[in-house]
Amino acid sequence: MANLEVVPFRIEVRDAILNDLHERLDRTRFPNQIEGIEWGQGAELQFLSELVGYWRAKYDWRATEARLNAFDQVLTEIDGQRIHAIHARSPEPDALPLLLVHGWPGSVMEFLDVIGPLTDPVVHGGEARDAFHVIAPSLPGFAWSGPTHELGWHPRRIAGAFHQLMGALGYERYGAQGGDWGSVITSNVADLHADAVVGLHLNFVVVSRPKGDDVPPLTAEEEAGLAALSEWRASGAGYQEIQGTKPQTLGYALEDSPVGLCAWIVEKFDAWGDGSLAINKTFTFDRLLDNITTYWVTGTATSSARIYWEMRQARRDAIPQARVEVPTGVANYPAEVTKMPRAWVEHRYNVTHWVDQARGGHFAAMEVPDLFVPDVRTFFRTVR
Amino acid sequence: MKLEQFKVDVPQAALDDLHERLARARFPEQIPDAAWDYGTELEYLRDFVAYWRDEYDWRATEQRLNNFEQLTTEIDGANVHFIHARSPEPDALPIVLTHGWPGSVVEFLDCIGPLSDPVAHGGDAADAFHVVVPSLPGYAFSGPTRERGWHPGRVGKAWAELMAGLGYSRYVAQGGDWGSFVTTQLALADPDHCAGVHVNMLAPIPMTEDHTPEEDDCLAGMASYNEHDSGYFKEQSTKPQTIGYALDDSPVGLAAWIVEKFRTWSDCEGDVERSFTKDQLIDNLMLYWLTTTAHSAARMYYEFDKGLKGGSLDLFSKLTQPVGYARYPKEIMRTSRRWAEAQHQISHFADMPRGGHFAAFEVPDLFIPDVREWARTRR
Repeated sequence: MANLEVVPFRIEVRDAILNDLHERLDRTRFPNQIEGIEWGQGAELQFLSELVGYWRAKYDWRATEARLNAFDQVLTEIDGQRIHAIHARSPEPDALPLLLVHGWPGSVMEFLDVIGPLTDPVVHGGEARDAFHVIAPSLPGFAWSGPTHELGWHPRRIAGAFHQLMGALGYERYGAQGGDWGSVITSNVADLHADAVVGLHLNFVVVSRPKGDDVPPLTAEEEAGLAALSEWRASGAGYQEIQGTKPQTLGYALEDSPVGLCAWIVEKFDAWGDGSLAINKTFTFDRLLDNITTYWVTGTATSSARIYWEMRQARRDAIPQARVEVPTGVANYPAEVTKMPRAWVEHRYNVTHWVDQARGGHFAAMEVPDLFVPDVRTFFRTVR
Repeated sequence: MKLEQFKVDVPQAALDDLHERLARARFPEQIPDAAWDYGTELEYLRDFVAYWRDEYDWRATEQRLNNFEQLTTEIDGANVHFIHARSPEPDALPIVLTHGWPGSVVEFLDCIGPLSDPVAHGGDAADAFHVVVPSLPGYAFSGPTRERGWHPGRVGKAWAELMAGLGYSRYVAQGGDWGSFVTTQLALADPDHCAGVHVNMLAPIPMTEDHTPEEDDCLAGMASYNEHDSGYFKEQSTKPQTIGYALDDSPVGLAAWIVEKFRTWSDCEGDVERSFTKDQLIDNLMLYWLTTTAHSAARMYYEFDKGLKGGSLDLFSKLTQPVGYARYPKEIMRTSRRWAEAQHQISHFADMPRGGHFAAFEVPDLFIPDVREWARTRR
C-alpha cells in the first residue's frame, strides 16, 4: 500500500455561498398542496415552509461549522478520490479505534452528539475502558468527500478505501459501526479485512432469505416486519428508483433549488424517524438543517445519489460474498423500516449481540444518542 | 357550462424572475464521458439553458397560443383550460385531443390548423374537425388540482361534460401517454356520444399463451423501461409533492427532468434536436414553469396508482366503440395487432415508419394524415 498523504482540514464555507443560499431561499417558489393530504404525497407544505423560513432567518451555519471544526478533520486522496474524515482521538491511551460510517441522506453530521461520549466517556459520565478513537469519513461523493469523478464507487470499493484510511491514520486493529449505506460498507470492510476488524456493529442490516429448508419459521412479529418492508418498497422507495437509474437527471433540480433539496431529504427524516417531524419533533430544525446545509454548501446532491446507481451496476459484487465471521452486534430500532428475521441475519453474520431498542429509527446516532452510545459501548466491550 | 374566454398573458416580472434563475443556475458536475448514462447530460443542458435565457422568445409562443380561441371552465371542481379551434367547414367532426406527461397542449400546435382547416393546408374539406385541446387538470393553464382523485377516469368523465357543454353530441377522441388512458376512459364514460377513439400508445398485455418475436420485442421494451427508465414514474406515483418542490423552484431542474424524456422517447437517435427544436422543447417547459404546475402534473401518477388499487379506475371494461391504433416505432409502450384486437375492436391499425411517443409533436406530417384516415371510418 502506498503511503497516503493525510492533511488536516477545516470547514470554511465562503460567505458568497451562504449569501447565494439566502437569496435563493428568499425567492422560493412553493407549489400548492392537496387539501388535507398532510405528508401523504411527500414533504408537507406547511412544515417545509416553516423549515425554509427558519433556514433563511434563524439557522446559523457558522455555529455548526465551529462545532464540526472543534474536531480534528483530515483530508486525503485514496484511489483517485478525495476523502474527508472526522478524526477525534480519545484522551485514553487504550481507546479502540472505531470507524463510524453514515449513509444517505445523512452525513457525518449524524454523529455530532455521539463523538464526545464515545471518545471521552469519563467526562460524559462513562468509563475510561469504553473509550474510542472515532474516525467518521464522508462517503465518496458525499459532502467534503465529493464529488466523485469516475465510475465505480460502490460500497465494496468504498470499504477498501476506508480500510486504507484507517491504515494511513495508523490504526491496524479497529471496530466498525454503520447504518444505511454505512452498514453495507462496514460489512464489506469486515469481510475484506477480518484480521483488522475486531467487531462490527450495525443499526441497519439487509439480507435475503437463506436458501434451503432448515430456515426456522417466521414469528408473527417477523412476518409483520417483512410485510411492512414490502409495503415501504411499493410506496416509499421512489427515490431509490430514480437515484438508481437517472441520478444526474434528478441532480440538476436538487443542486439548483435549496427548497427542493430540503424536501427531498427531510421527507426521509419524517418517514424513517420514530414519530413524525411535525408532531413529535423527532429532529430539531437545527439538526435537520445541519445535514441539509452540508449537502447544499458542498454541492453533492447529485454525486451522493450516484451510490444507488453504482449499487445497481455492481449488484452482488458490492456485498460480502461469504458469511461475515467478525463478531457482529445488531441493534434494532423500532422505527427502522428494514427489519430482518434474526435467523436470516445469523445466516450471513456471526451475530454475538442482538438488541431490540425501545426508541428511535433509521438515524439512530442522531435521533437517540442516549441509546446508541451505551449500546455501542456494550457491544465493543465483548471484542476489545 | 360557464365558459370564459382566456388569453395567455404572462407578467413581465415572471419572465424576469425566470431569466435571473437561469442566469444563476447552479450546475452539478458530471462524471467525465458519462454522456447520458446517469441521466441528462451536462454540456447539453448548459447549452440548452443558455439558449433559453439568451435567445428563446416566449412572447412569440404566447402570441401563437393566443391566435387560437382559448377558454376556461370549471368541471367537477377543477379548472379546465382548452383550445377550441372551430372548423370553417359546416360538416366538421368534433375531436378532443389529449396530451400526457411531460407534455402539454403545445404538442398539438402544428396539427390544429391542418385538422380544423384542411383546405387551407392542402387537404380535403371532408377531413375537417372542430378541434378541442384541453390542458389536463393539474397541468399548465388548467392550474394545480386542489383535491384528490384526478386520475384518467375522472378526467375522461370531465371531457364528456366538456364536449356536451360545447354542444357536440357526436365526437371522436385521440390521445397518447395519459391522453390515451383519458381517451379510452372517455369512450367508456360516454358511449352515446363518443363515436370512436384513436390512440398512439397501447400497453402490451399478453393476451395469448404464445408470443411472436414482435411481441417478445414489445415486452422486452417494457421490461427495459421498468428496469432503467421508470424512476420518475415510481417517484411521481408515490411522492409527487416531494419532487414537486425542486421542479417548481428550479427551471434548470425542470428542464433536466423533462427534456430527458423527450430524448429517450423520441425517434432522435440520441440527439433530441433531430426530433424537436430547442424552441419546441422550451415552449413545452414554459407551460409547466410559468404556471408552477410541475408538482400537480406529477400527481396524475399518484392518482392513477390509487385509482387502480382502490377500484375507482377501470382499465379492463371493453369499449363499445371501435379503436384506431397508430404504432410509432420509438414508442416504448407498443403492442401487437392481435393483442390489440383481443383487447379492443380495432378498426384501424397503422404501423408508422417514423416517430415516437410524442407523435403529434414529432411527426405531424405522419400524425395528421393517419388521424384523417382513421376518422373517415367514423364520420
